[in-house]
Amino acid sequence: MTSRRLTVLFVAALALAWGWLPEYSITLLNYIGLYALVAAGLVMLTGVGGMTSFGQAAFVGLGAYATAWVCTSAVVGEALGGFVAPAALPWLGLMLGLALTSVVAWALGSITLKLSGHYLPLGTMAWGLSLYFLFGNLEFLGGYTGISGIPPLTVAGVSLAEPRLLGLVIWAALLLALWALHNLLDSREGRAIRALKTSRVMAESMGVDTARYRVKVFVLAALLAVLSGWFYAHLQRFVNPTPFNLNVGIEYLFMAVVGGAGHLWGAVLGAALITLLKAKLQDVLPQLLGATGNFEVIVFGLLMLFVLQRFAQGLWPSLARIAQRFLKPEVPAPAVVASTLDQRALPDAGQVVLEARAVTKRFGGLVANDAVTMNVKAGEIHALIGPNGAGKSTFFNMVSGVDDPTSGEVVLMERAMRGHPARDFALLGLSRTFQHVRLLGTRSVLENVALGAHRRGRSGWLAAMLRLDRAQELALRNEARRQLERCGLAAHADAPASSLALGQQRVIEIARALASQPAVLLLDEPAAGLRHLEKQALATLLRQLRAEGVGILVVEHDMEFVMNLADRITVLEFGSVIASGTPAEVSVNPRVLDAYLGGNEAWTEAAA
Amino acid sequence: MDLQIAMLLAQDGIVNGAVYGMMALALVLVFSVTRVIFIPQGELVAFAALSMAALQAGRAPQTLWLLLVLAALALVVEAWRWKRGAQVDWPSTLVWTVLIPGLASALVSLRPDALALQTLATLLLVTPLGPLLYRLAYRPLADATVLMLLIVSVALHGVLVGLGLLFFGAEGSRTAAFSELRLEWGGMTISGQSLVVVGVAFSLVAVLFLFFGRSIVGKALRATAMNRVGARLMGIPTELSGDVSFALAGLIGAVSGLLIAPLTTMYYDTGFLIGLKGFVAAIVGGLASYPLALAGALLVGQLEAFASFWASPFKEVLVFTLIIPVLLWRSLNSHHVEDEE
Repeated sequence: MTSRRLTVLFVAALALAWGWLPEYSITLLNYIGLYALVAAGLVMLTGVGGMTSFGQAAFVGLGAYATAWVCTSAVVGEALGGFVAPAALPWLGLMLGLALTSVVAWALGSITLKLSGHYLPLGTMAWGLSLYFLFGNLEFLGGYTGISGIPPLTVAGVSLAEPRLLGLVIWAALLLALWALHNLLDSREGRAIRALKTSRVMAESMGVDTARYRVKVFVLAALLAVLSGWFYAHLQRFVNPTPFNLNVGIEYLFMAVVGGAGHLWGAVLGAALITLLKAKLQDVLPQLLGATGNFEVIVFGLLMLFVLQRFAQGLWPSLARIAQRFLKPEVPAPAVVASTLDQRALPDAGQVVLEARAVTKRFGGLVANDAVTMNVKAGEIHALIGPNGAGKSTFFNMVSGVDDPTSGEVVLMERAMRGHPARDFALLGLSRTFQHVRLLGTRSVLENVALGAHRRGRSGWLAAMLRLDRAQELALRNEARRQLERCGLAAHADAPASSLALGQQRVIEIARALASQPAVLLLDEPAAGLRHLEKQALATLLRQLRAEGVGILVVEHDMEFVMNLADRITVLEFGSVIASGTPAEVSVNPRVLDAYLGGNEAWTEAAA
Repeated sequence: MDLQIAMLLAQDGIVNGAVYGMMALALVLVFSVTRVIFIPQGELVAFAALSMAALQAGRAPQTLWLLLVLAALALVVEAWRWKRGAQVDWPSTLVWTVLIPGLASALVSLRPDALALQTLATLLLVTPLGPLLYRLAYRPLADATVLMLLIVSVALHGVLVGLGLLFFGAEGSRTAAFSELRLEWGGMTISGQSLVVVGVAFSLVAVLFLFFGRSIVGKALRATAMNRVGARLMGIPTELSGDVSFALAGLIGAVSGLLIAPLTTMYYDTGFLIGLKGFVAAIVGGLASYPLALAGALLVGQLEAFASFWASPFKEVLVFTLIIPVLLWRSLNSHHVEDEE
């Protein structure tokens, strides 16, 4: 039995039982389905994308009110009376809800998502409250009394007034949505989405526009909430502002977190748990406490605190671990023919590919880089060396677009790059590794490397959701595997990246950089943590890349490695260039010897 | 609107703005030192106001039970940690779990009639909730992301609002004013209570200013806010910064609750809205700058006062929408991507 079969079995059992279940169970299941739709959006947002929203209930409200207004308003009826059959009105309502929400979510997302992570949730909190008061005070939406008399859905002449029938549609929609989200996460775009949570700097350097992806994930979650609200309005046939208030938005977040914010099925588990618990608590608590009110929130809050402190990943991973013992691993899907990836034409050897012109960086009063001028040519290895604190990493960040110079100019492929983000550098053919390894530790080595090839694929979110991207996905994975083989890590392709030794993790970063087929490769201390034989293999690889015409800039402390490998060396001390030339020239330069071996008497004595 | 109404609204705005300002100060303080976005700040305000109302009605506020339960839990947790070999700072632990709850119980059981004693009892009841909540809810997750800590805050907010309803019921209360004084000035009446609010708010700012500028603990907190790891390496214990910042938040919450309760009817869930308006103010200051947060608070107060005159049903909508232009402005000024802590 594989997990896929278990899922099919669960769905089949639910479908078979649907006709026999008592009325009350159907009602609960309907609500679980509706809530799970919203919670699945929150899983994408919180557990996968590293953002969160307390305002999902307000989006549900937009969906519900949009269709309620379209279906019941006399104004709409008059305006559309001649053209649109009454049965089509709910669909019009859905369109309106989706359109409105896209605009609101996009606007809210684009102004908060460029800022640090807590502004979005605070923004959604304000938005959730505002919308509640707005619904309650708008005359044409019925104020706090709400709108009643919403017609049931009709599909192909069949009325879905019966909750049992509508429930089937709700669950079908939920399962379809889960399938689509699962597919999305298992794709080129999914890899980029997963990087949003912990590794935005890295993702930008791989060419991912992280702000845009964050907004898209937020809009996606909001649209799922709208769908839920649309079903809700036609299930209840009545809407008022109460179920769309901020505390309900918080309840949705409870569902995602308790169930397991990193897992799509966690949304279903969380929605089921909270819904069932709420139904029970609303019976028991008022009797127990001798008063009426929303006391279940006390229990939910405590439950959430407990889950966060003891099962930070939610309950689903624990459940999945138990299930793993009885399940066989998934057999890979049948192969498709891999498509071809975009190839970059590398510049001719000797051509200047990257140039720094008098690059200066100040942090307050500290001058980290002082008018550094240097260049990297295609088909050469240029080493940047210098004592600790000489400003090498600062310089690296500026020539890769992670940071802007205070003055001076970085020119990449003959283009001035001032003000351009790191992803534009990536697009022009620059790729890099990081001094402090930036990998997605829980994802496989192969997936990490495939992220490097992100901009060589093109398929978008819809294609990924509908599995139309398989040929390209295979090509990306093949490319990643090829780079891993080249770097000698093919045996570890399926292991989680964090399970490898630090030296090997650095090599994964190199493979990831290579997967983008770079014209310029920046390596920040690639040999640190490698053993002797591994260093030799790395040197061989770099020589091979040089022969292919790649321009390589490498920061490294291992002098033997640098001296044997580099064509040219630039030496930094206290942020300025003190020497540059061939290894032979640099190694006899008195200022370099001074910087490395003396100058500071006390230090020399201490070292001796 | 004539000038008189405008003056009245402006006065209202200043008084409310002063309270939001105190909220904003507490939020910025806690966030910059511990990275916790302390949503339950508003609940502390409500707890203080309603506890005071209960005391004035001659009842023992049920906040006392919450305090005693939290203190006992915290004591158990610390003892358990100590047994497992963790470092426990016993003096501060005993202050928060035994000394202050003991004093609070004693004072409450006296059923004091004097306003000053009632005030003191309320301060003793509410202030320790800050550090106790920190130790029980946040400290075990001190290394979690800002986002996780925010979710913890929201969970805690849920628990406290639920408890507020349980303790104080759904009815609202008002308390007696600290000053019955009425001043006539230029054809406008100024109530003594509003002078008290503004005066206390400004003294609090001054005291905080001196605390952070002059005292060694204040400087340690500022160091922690700038660089957590660095401060720890310099021997500033993280626990101290957590304790002190949450204690200040608790104190500010209690004082704000006492100040606002005579001016407006407080319900168990009013505090949340007050806290959120403090947030709007704090966001204006980027969750980092105290003076900007104060300016933001006065802006929020004025906006609310005038909105309640012109578009009363939409005043909340208008106040919360204020953050949109602020966030937009901040967003347009940010270029480079940074990883989340």
